[in-house]
Amino acid sequence: MEYGVALLVLVALVALVVSVPLRRGARVEQLAETRLEELRAAKEAKYREIRDAELDHRMGKLSERDWRGVDGELRGEAVEILRELDALEGRAPGEAL
Amino acid sequence: MAGVGSACLTIGLFTALYAVGASLYGARGGGRRWVDSGRRAVYCLAALCVGAFAILESAFLRSDFSYALVAEGSSTTTPTFYKVTAVWATQDGSLLLWVTLLALFSGAVLFLTRRSLRDLAPYAAAVLGTVAAFFLLLVVVWENPFSTLAVAPQEGAGLNPLLRHPAMMIHPPMLYTGYVGFSIPFAFAIGALVTRRTGADWIRATRRFALVAWTFLGTGILLGALWSYSELGWGGYWAWDPVENASLMPWLVGTAFLHSIMVQEKRGMLKVWNVSLICATFVLALLGTFLVRSGILDSIHAFGASTIGVQFLIFIGAVIALSAGLVISRLGDLRSKARLESLLSREAFFLLNNLVLVALALVILWGTFFPLISEAITGTEQTVGPPWFNRLVTPLAIVLVLLAGIGPVLAWRRVTVAALRRVLLVPLALTAMVLVALLALSDATKNVASLVMFCFVAFVLAVVAQEFWRGAGARRSMTGEAWPRALARLTARNRRRYGGYLAHVGIAVLFGAVAASSAFLEQRDVRLSPGQSVSVGGYDIDYVRATADLGGDRGGTGAPIAFGAVMRVTHGDETFTLRPSRNYYSTADPSRGAISRFFEGEATSEVDVRWGLRRDFWLAVRPDLVSLEKPIARADREFADSPGDVQAVVINTITELYRQEPPPAAFRVIVSPLVAWIWIGGAIVLLGALVAAWPSPEARLRRVRSLYKARLGRELTRA
Repeated sequence: MEYGVALLVLVALVALVVSVPLRRGARVEQLAETRLEELRAAKEAKYREIRDAELDHRMGKLSERDWRGVDGELRGEAVEILRELDALEGRAPGEAL
Repeated sequence: MAGVGSACLTIGLFTALYAVGASLYGARGGGRRWVDSGRRAVYCLAALCVGAFAILESAFLRSDFSYALVAEGSSTTTPTFYKVTAVWATQDGSLLLWVTLLALFSGAVLFLTRRSLRDLAPYAAAVLGTVAAFFLLLVVVWENPFSTLAVAPQEGAGLNPLLRHPAMMIHPPMLYTGYVGFSIPFAFAIGALVTRRTGADWIRATRRFALVAWTFLGTGILLGALWSYSELGWGGYWAWDPVENASLMPWLVGTAFLHSIMVQEKRGMLKVWNVSLICATFVLALLGTFLVRSGILDSIHAFGASTIGVQFLIFIGAVIALSAGLVISRLGDLRSKARLESLLSREAFFLLNNLVLVALALVILWGTFFPLISEAITGTEQTVGPPWFNRLVTPLAIVLVLLAGIGPVLAWRRVTVAALRRVLLVPLALTAMVLVALLALSDATKNVASLVMFCFVAFVLAVVAQEFWRGAGARRSMTGEAWPRALARLTARNRRRYGGYLAHVGIAVLFGAVAASSAFLEQRDVRLSPGQSVSVGGYDIDYVRATADLGGDRGGTGAPIAFGAVMRVTHGDETFTLRPSRNYYSTADPSRGAISRFFEGEATSEVDVRWGLRRDFWLAVRPDLVSLEKPIARADREFADSPGDVQAVVINTITELYRQEPPPAAFRVIVSPLVAWIWIGGAIVLLGALVAAWPSPEARLRRVRSLYKARLGRELTRA
């Protein structure tokens, strides 16, 4: 008896919660928002890499020549991310500067 | 409430299946609404599992013996502290804990990724739902923790006395959190493979979960070692037991994964290797869970024989087949553009470290399953003991520690020989000094492997100290900050790097302590009567007197009887007293007499240890109760039908007899150097992992901004 009542109550509660998005109707797909999130994370990761390389250079692990090469490459990748970010945020290239 | 608990699990099973279906349907074109609904189903699943777990905990705390599980694993005399832990000391309860943790982790990761990874997150939700559904199927159909008894007994059987130890209270949840935590990166790796989004996005989203899982699993392993050392009465902390090995294997492969994902993040390389590693880690986590409950290998840590071994094997087989099939079918997508530029680079050494870690895991896997393999081939079960493991694992562990020192000094991509010379000069000089000091001042030469290990530990410590020093120096040259501030800011700005270095220090310290305590341990087994003495490792030990306690054991485990000894120990100018004892728990076996049942149940050692940074002095006693056999047998005959208080007086008289005329007792004395550094090393690893896992200020700021933007969007839409 207890099991049966609990089953019914729990089924009703779970159905209520999981059906909210279905009852809400079609939502505007926020693909751009999602991509923005990912790009921001990628931007931070790239900035971290640039800082890492600079720290390695300052600590004597990377020669000046190697660091310049690595740094240039990383900055190029960061610029690509920033370009895509600007495009999605509706800014002109470099506007945020 | 058992009915409500059962209902939570049944509905949980269907909710997990719904989460799988809705997520897959939404991802395959059904629309975002279904994906959201599937994610909400996972939240509901977490709530249902927590509800079921709370109901079971409550039954244990109330000693409600109408629950079969409570009657089997607890009793009214079990201390409250251990009633709480008794839930996961049982097969069914531990499975419920596993799935509860899984549901909580799944809910957390799906909540955190609700606005990102929108194409692969639904597949991850489906994978997590499938794993949860499997475990729920086990607890609903075969191992239901809410089974009830037609007639509730007056008293329960009680918690296994061996498990009445504080470390044991935390050890299983830690291990399970580790096992479960690895299911998160596994699920997202599968999602990445399905959607062919094999970049570093899935790694960035789940790296922290992997790190948390690794930390919990490592802490759980160490707590198990601490329990073994201070409870099992044999004096060691690691016995290469199958269940111990089963927890170490996913930790080793998980360690390899945590290193190699950095190579993918930085260089876009090792994609096949990374998805393979996380699949292997998850499979090994499942294998660890399976080994504890299948009964196929003998272990002191395992539950008894169970009915779910076959189901586990089928599930593990399916996970291996599906993961391997998916990885093979996506080999084209997993191809890296970048190539290894130099063997003198951090990524090259990460790869080497990965190979050593995987080799270690393979050696342990082979040794653990050798009894089954040998039986399948020859028909006779053969086991490989600790010497076999030590012979193979020691050289690999030494190489691993060396790599833990070399890795931090290397830069990504390439390092010139001149730069390498510059960064290695000081650490190598310090290592050489340590070697000379060890040769001149210690007897470390007696064990070459240990000597090499100590030198490599010194090398790691020197490298990491230099890294902090040079890093803070570089920062000071840019900012002019004072040393303490520069060090703090350096660590805060580069948490992953310096947290990782701290973890390297902890591991090196831990390995060094293992080497010292294994190679230079002094152990002696003696029989002593009160008044007699013995000397071990420079310690003079006097057996002062015997002790006999009723209902007041030192560990507060609820043991009715404890026999022990008071030992005075002198070491140089230092004198201290230790009180090792042995607890005796009553048995419910009806074939035993009314009095003898108090002496003939399970018995556990209550070891007494003088902890020290230089060495531990470890002492265990095993009283000889032969002299009490006659009085106990007589008491069984004469007081079988006496009231409880009379029987209590009789038991008191017998224990008093032991105290006044104690026979010789067996003692195990161990003097073990640097054991404390195993636990200290573990604590340093934990600290390093915390530093590395802590969100950076930028990430926190981004999260806040993103929340505000989402709110703004919602409010503008409403307006």
